[in-house]
Amino acid sequence: MLQNRLGKLAATALAGSMLMGAAACGGSEEPATTASPGAGTGSAAPAATGPKVGLAYDIGGRGDQSFNDAAAAGLDKAKTELGLADTKELEAGNGETEAAKEERLRLLAQGGFNPIIAVGFAYSGPVKKVATEFPDVKFAIVDDEAAQGPNISNLVFAEHEGSFLVGAAAALKSEKNHVAFVGGVRTPLIDKFQAGFTAGAKAVKADIKVDADYLSEPPDFSGFNDPAKGKTMAEGMLDGGADVIYHAAGGSGGGVFEAVKAANAKAIGVDSDQAKTAAPELQSVIMTSMIKKVDVAVFEFLKAAAAGSAKAGPTVYDLKAGGVDYSTTGGQVDDIKSKLDEYKQKIADGEITVPSKTS
Amino acid sequence: MKAAESSFADRLLGRVRLSGLLSLAAPVVAILFAALITSIVLLATGAPPLDTLVIMGEYGVQPRSIVLTLNSATTFYLAAIAVAIGFRMNLFNIGVDGQYRLAALISAAVGGAVVLPGPLHTVLVILVAMLVGAGWASIAALLKVKRGVSEVISTIMLNAIATALGSWLLNKERLAVEVAGSNNIGTKPIAESGRVPGLALIPGTEAKVFGLLFLAIAVGVGYHVLLNRTRFGFDLRATGQSETAAVASGVNVKKMIVIAMLLSGAAAGLIGMPQLLGASYSYSLDFPTGLGFTGIAIALLGRNHPVGIAFGALLWAFLDTSSSILQLHEIAPELVAIMQGTIVLSVIVAYELVHRYQVVAGQRRVSKELASGTPPQGEGASA
Repeated sequence: MLQNRLGKLAATALAGSMLMGAAACGGSEEPATTASPGAGTGSAAPAATGPKVGLAYDIGGRGDQSFNDAAAAGLDKAKTELGLADTKELEAGNGETEAAKEERLRLLAQGGFNPIIAVGFAYSGPVKKVATEFPDVKFAIVDDEAAQGPNISNLVFAEHEGSFLVGAAAALKSEKNHVAFVGGVRTPLIDKFQAGFTAGAKAVKADIKVDADYLSEPPDFSGFNDPAKGKTMAEGMLDGGADVIYHAAGGSGGGVFEAVKAANAKAIGVDSDQAKTAAPELQSVIMTSMIKKVDVAVFEFLKAAAAGSAKAGPTVYDLKAGGVDYSTTGGQVDDIKSKLDEYKQKIADGEITVPSKTS
Repeated sequence: MKAAESSFADRLLGRVRLSGLLSLAAPVVAILFAALITSIVLLATGAPPLDTLVIMGEYGVQPRSIVLTLNSATTFYLAAIAVAIGFRMNLFNIGVDGQYRLAALISAAVGGAVVLPGPLHTVLVILVAMLVGAGWASIAALLKVKRGVSEVISTIMLNAIATALGSWLLNKERLAVEVAGSNNIGTKPIAESGRVPGLALIPGTEAKVFGLLFLAIAVGVGYHVLLNRTRFGFDLRATGQSETAAVASGVNVKKMIVIAMLLSGAAAGLIGMPQLLGASYSYSLDFPTGLGFTGIAIALLGRNHPVGIAFGALLWAFLDTSSSILQLHEIAPELVAIMQGTIVLSVIVAYELVHRYQVVAGQRRVSKELASGTPPQGEGASA
């Protein structure tokens, strides 16, 4: 019995040394397997066939009908128009660490992909780190300007300005003087949408009632992909008297549209022109969408990179630059178009400054 | 303890152990079974199973991958130990997830707010994390002993509350600061003095192993000693196996529940430490989530044994690490999740099968001996 116990104790102590042992094994094999950093063959990519492009998504990846898909659309456009040699798209796992994101970018860089685009603010730290390791590879990051470097392009958007326009549209179209906002996850990014929307609605009617709520709280990011929750929240807001609902909730938006359709109210889409991309039976309830042209930003970056003229540092896609806008598909906002364009002009001219934070 | 009398839960949680060669048979059967299922899934999705394994293997032995695997395993190990402490006491602490997230957030905020000399700073952060973890777990413990609320229900609820509370705290008006130009938001970064430097254990790469790897090892040793070498550990295991017997022999079960839950919560508080003190230095929106649930799977995989859990954590971390390389070869990264799930199920099924075989084999031997007239040996089917 005592022996047995001692044996177990020894085994426990061994666990540690085994970890070390595994480490040592790996070390000895090192010369054969190390892919030397900096060996990215990107610069050697023949111009005739175009560059090899790597794209790293955050959680969700291609097929989320929203943010990631917009980036994918930019890549697809570049594929046909720029004749890219090869593309590779990798997506993040749920709840992963920064180290995993870093490794994803590094694998792309080692695989000779250049340029590399990271989609989403969560890549901020990893892009900064990997970009210094691979100075010859061009990187771009969407929605972040904290990661700066000589080979990093930051593609950022003025979501609050676009949201201001649809907020104004909502106020102009609301018959009950009551509109609402459904946010996906309570993050600073989505706060920009809410701030712009509220400001736009109040600019039209100072006394309008604007409800706002979020589907989930970080670190729970399910709010971007939970149509059922979106539907429930929208139903609650409609019952409460709102008759136009703007959502910034990615894949949860489908549920918002369903609720709005059932209540015979109006909805506002986000990121892409959802009167075209949403389920066909729901397209009619979408009076307009706040378009965030991630696809344009991605395409323009790839075009510049292919020509060898990618600009480091932030490129702000604001209203003036056409990076954000409202959509007119379906003709539901044609009657107020002149008013909206007036606001648009005022924002572009700097006459109206749209707040980017609610508080 | 006779195997024939053990319940499924006893066998599931590793309270009953297999003897001799059979203890080797179970993991071998499990690995074969998992490999079979994974191969079928790979074939069904049109990827060649053998090539896939070779790709994963080749990538897995690169120095950098080994560092990544060790670092993830450190975190997973702590998570699994936190869960295992509860399991040995028959407590299903599903709340490890909420406990570690809240502990990481608050300890990160405390660590960012103060500057202390070297090791003191680190120790303070770790202590705060353990206290918060234990504190959050104590709610479930008190509900159980005072009101008889099942800890499964209360800890799940507390996870949801921890998420909401964490989100409320992670706000510019409270614990968080804005990162300039970023859409991220996090606690103030912990100063240099509080950070735990990485160790260049693996030659051939610049990547460093978490210094807190040693904390994980120490926790593993502590877990073993506590359970097997102390009066408390004996009482805990006894209570886990039979509450009535423990009461009869004078164990204060309520006290044991509270202490076990507090220990589990304190260990849960450690889960976020390697990442916080070794890599991110701040709790922000992209702090890893869901580790508590990974811990449950790994605790089952390792059958609550400190060495078993170490292997489970390494295997899990290796699979996680190799998911990126799979994507690069056009193999769906979800395959890794399927593999992990299959392995856990296989281990449970294999151990159960081997246990049953052992019981049946024992009975057959006894009846054979009886039939042949020799008196049966005393040890019979004992495990």
